[in-house]
Amino acid sequence: MTTVEETDVHGIGQSVKRKEDDRFIRGKGTYVEDLVLPNMLHMAILRSPIAHAKIVSVNVDEAQAIPGVVAVVTGELLAQHNLAWMPTMSGDTQAVFATDKVRFQGQEVAAVVAEDPYIAHDALGLIDVEYEPLPAVTSPQQALQPDAPLIRDDKEGQTDNRCFQWETGDKDATEKAFQQADKIVELSTFYPRCHPSPLETCGIVADVNPISGKATLHMTSQAPHAIRTVFALVAGLPEHKIQIITHDIGGGFGNKVPVYPGYVAATAASLLIGRPVKWIEDRTENLISTGFARDYHMRGELALTNDGKMLGIRVELLSDNGAFFADAQPTKCKVGLFHIVTGSYDVPAAYLSTQGAYTNKAPGGVAYRCSFRVTEASYLVERLVQNAAYELGMDPAELRRKNFIKPEQFPYKSATGFVYDSGEYERAMDLAMNELGYAELRKEQEAARAEGRLIGIGMASFTEVVGAGPSKDYDILGLKMFDSAELRVHPTGKAILKIGVQTQGQGHETTFAQIVATELGIPTEDVLVQYGDTDNTPYSLGTYASRSTPTAGAATAMVARKLVEKGKKIAAHLLEVSEEDLEFKVDKFSVKGAPDKAVTIQDVAFAAYTNMPEGLEHGLEDNHYYDPPNMTFPFGTYMVVVEVDADTGQWKVLRMLAVDDCGKVINPMIVQGQIHGGLAEGYGIAAMELITFDDDGNCIGSNFMDYLLPTSWETPRFETHMTETPSPHHPIGAKGVGESATVGSPAAYVNAVIDALAHTGVRNIDMPVTSAKVWEAMQGAARSS
Amino acid sequence: MFPSRFDYVAPDTVEEVLATLAQHGDEAKILAGGQSLIPLMKLRFASPGLLVDVNRVPGLGFVEETGEHLRVGTLTRNTELERSALLKSGYPVMADAAPMISDPLVRNRGTIGGSLAHADPAGDWGSVMLALGAEVVIKSSTDERTIPVSELLVNTFTTSLDPTEMITEIRVPKTPARSGGSYLKMERRVGDFATVATAVHLTLDNGTIKRAGIGLTAVGSKNLQASAAEDALAGAEPTAEAFEEAARLAAEASSPSSDVRGSAEYKKAMVRTFVRRGLDKALELARG
Ligand SMILES: Cc1cc2nc3c(=O)[nH]c(=O)nc-3n(C[C@H](O)[C@H](O)[C@H](O)COP(=O)(O)OP(=O)(O)OC[C@H]3O[C@@H](n4cnc5c(N)ncnc54)[C@H](O)[C@@H]3O)c2cc1C
Repeated sequence: MTTVEETDVHGIGQSVKRKEDDRFIRGKGTYVEDLVLPNMLHMAILRSPIAHAKIVSVNVDEAQAIPGVVAVVTGELLAQHNLAWMPTMSGDTQAVFATDKVRFQGQEVAAVVAEDPYIAHDALGLIDVEYEPLPAVTSPQQALQPDAPLIRDDKEGQTDNRCFQWETGDKDATEKAFQQADKIVELSTFYPRCHPSPLETCGIVADVNPISGKATLHMTSQAPHAIRTVFALVAGLPEHKIQIITHDIGGGFGNKVPVYPGYVAATAASLLIGRPVKWIEDRTENLISTGFARDYHMRGELALTNDGKMLGIRVELLSDNGAFFADAQPTKCKVGLFHIVTGSYDVPAAYLSTQGAYTNKAPGGVAYRCSFRVTEASYLVERLVQNAAYELGMDPAELRRKNFIKPEQFPYKSATGFVYDSGEYERAMDLAMNELGYAELRKEQEAARAEGRLIGIGMASFTEVVGAGPSKDYDILGLKMFDSAELRVHPTGKAILKIGVQTQGQGHETTFAQIVATELGIPTEDVLVQYGDTDNTPYSLGTYASRSTPTAGAATAMVARKLVEKGKKIAAHLLEVSEEDLEFKVDKFSVKGAPDKAVTIQDVAFAAYTNMPEGLEHGLEDNHYYDPPNMTFPFGTYMVVVEVDADTGQWKVLRMLAVDDCGKVINPMIVQGQIHGGLAEGYGIAAMELITFDDDGNCIGSNFMDYLLPTSWETPRFETHMTETPSPHHPIGAKGVGESATVGSPAAYVNAVIDALAHTGVRNIDMPVTSAKVWEAMQGAARSS
Repeated sequence: MFPSRFDYVAPDTVEEVLATLAQHGDEAKILAGGQSLIPLMKLRFASPGLLVDVNRVPGLGFVEETGEHLRVGTLTRNTELERSALLKSGYPVMADAAPMISDPLVRNRGTIGGSLAHADPAGDWGSVMLALGAEVVIKSSTDERTIPVSELLVNTFTTSLDPTEMITEIRVPKTPARSGGSYLKMERRVGDFATVATAVHLTLDNGTIKRAGIGLTAVGSKNLQASAAEDALAGAEPTAEAFEEAARLAAEASSPSSDVRGSAEYKKAMVRTFVRRGLDKALELARG
């Protein structure tokens, strides 16, 4: 018998090429827009041009009269079917199509269903809506003024624009810490509204079969199973007659977690008309109406001793939620997991008080490549720490080192209640500093300054919290945040793994197969990973918040282990020894002390269908529902070097170096790809991405000429490194890596620009850090010196 | 992104184009590179009844020096201008500007004549042509005229062209020896329109400045000519002080508006910085 080495099965730890890339590289992916069903109709949505207005009347007669128009769907029509409003992920309600008022520019008002999309758009122009404009509320500060116009007059008992209020941490203990402090460092900063901007916009082909009543919904969703349940509850459709198929998804980044009005309207239209209905957003629709991210006004304070020991952190948040409270977050957490704001530091006391406000802007607050507001928190604390270093006259790296949670302190309970699983923060930071040549660079910075050149070095030593559940603490709309996997081995030893989590480019087809390969010994290429069809995969809360590997990845390892256990029984039968005498290594069950007496997993699989011992159930398959005992806490240190043009404020990245620790690395190439993507997005957020509004509530940033995404030209060259600190509670020690770089990098970029100007007294520039804002900061510093 | 209904013709000769325009008046629109017109149509900001595609008309794309002029055909693509050795050696302000227009996809299609006819104050060619003192040749079915670019550009997206007229070529005065130029553009990202851009053309004569041309992009309701700055430089010695003063005058001539790219104050300051830097660069080239 030939020996199969661990590496021969292409399992965990190997840079296996992505199985999915074959079709993507050849242009053979399948997106919703690619689907053409017989008799399919096209839907286009009419959106409000005004941010806040009463709807006086909606006249569709002319639109309806155009040849080729099959139906015009209005809010009134939806109301007749009890579908004019739908629940949001934060337990609020959102209009599907407006009936009473429009509450943001771009809000859905009506839709045309027609034989082709051109006719549908022609007809949109003929729908006559009479609006009575109302004053627009465009900031949360304005929203909370006593005389602000009331946006949510649809909500019973709502008398102002307050959306929520929430606090956490220990107020008194924090107060005390601040009283004892030698130094209090304060930073007020705004994390602006940005947008996940997946390259594929949202869309659906809704196909409700008029005979069977089955609704087959081909749609762009990161959480198809949860969406199926929501559809069942909202529309009153029987859940077994809803099938959600997701196909390939061209990026999600949190944007494709929610249910959007277009999905509901297209489904309703298909149900009423009895033909398939396609709705595909254009870019502007995606940017102005679907889930945005961030939009947090933050004030943070750090209490320290003179020698740099952190005593406490206090944060006040004001969030801009738009017209409907549609944040994607666990039920108990009104500001997501923002309370990870103590970061990588041993801070004894923390207190967080928050308010949310309704404004006349699009709803959203999705976790754009982030585990529920971890990005905002990480940004705030990493900016605060650097500013604190300036006030104390300490090196920012040394201030961090002094306060890092030490390896021996894990599991570490934070002041806001998280139990950090594992971490070696100093090791990651030292690696980053050495690879960068930090000490040398500080000297170069000095020398450059003497010549009038502005060099800045910024860093961020972030810690994330990802992988929700545990189910006792986390649910979305009551659905507990566990996850699952089903594994079936065919007689010839090939396998199919079914998972409910939904890849949007993360490479699940490859990494999940690698987990099976390592656990069960079936080579990665012999494992088909199936997902994206709710009829054929087990229940799942979906892919976001870096949860797939921590939850479904764990479930995959656990179900494979169940099959090893069953396999052992079969092997014992085949080898005519007792189970206790067997051990399993790589792909073989062998007799302890007699390695030649062995059968492979393939032999065992064949026997499971052909030669089963008496008393054992046939087949080799099982499932596992995994409820994580805790979250996982990936971390790392990012360092950025910039040069700022003293005349223009333009800045360019000279170096960008990232050290990541995501626990056990399953596929180093895929992990590196995830880091690269996140660092590029982090750069975009820091440097250019912005959705803003004028005083009338008109959205600025509604297309890719205005909403700027970095191209390969601007994106810095990345130097990436890894450390590996396994999670002690995850079956394979993995932590999740999809979001580390978007979470950690914005602070590093901004800190670098601030560092270039810090000697002149500059302490804050809000993102995006445009050359104009840098120039203004320099002018301000020049004026005040 | 679904345009309204329109008709489409693709004539083979300039005469046919002009006859079609004469017949349809402002119902018709010339389609050149389509990089401005098609996006407008897809957004339904423009809904012309008839597109007159000039891409099949031979002989409208060329770059050549003849007599007193550099002649550029209206349909010359930005990519061709970017690659032209003639521009690199003799017309550095043009050679600088061409590769800064958007990205390769847009440059492969977009034309110099389309850009001038579109009259976007943030368009790059208008300022370059103002700095060079260029003219356009305009034809209709009944007439032909040649006017300076300064008379073509009237206001934002507005030219002095009649709907029945077509630009056929651009004429740039030949640059004498000891000339230099530069185009400096601040963009927020590659492919972005300018926050501020400055076109500078300088000709020296015995150590003094014989002629200076300065065009400004995205800081007014159209591409601006910084005449006061040009006049101040004409006949002056090319000193740091003279350049600083010209930069100040150019900034004064600009009237940018505040927006997400920056405040009016910032943009004026950038005009000043860029004109000064641009003059330095042009001088270096002029001195050879
Ligand atoms: C993403 C993007 C970024 C861009 N960035 C820049 C930039 O940074 N700087 C810049 O300068 N430009 C930029 N542009 C515009 C681009 O340069 C256009 O190509 C140019 O402005 C128009 O040229 P065109 O040949 O495409 O004209 P078209 O779009 O075909 O036509 C534009 C207008 O001119 C008219 N027209 C065209 N030819 C003639 C003619 N011969 N006579 C009379 N009228 C005519 C048309 O009828 C139409 O009204 C950008 C475009 C895009 C899509």
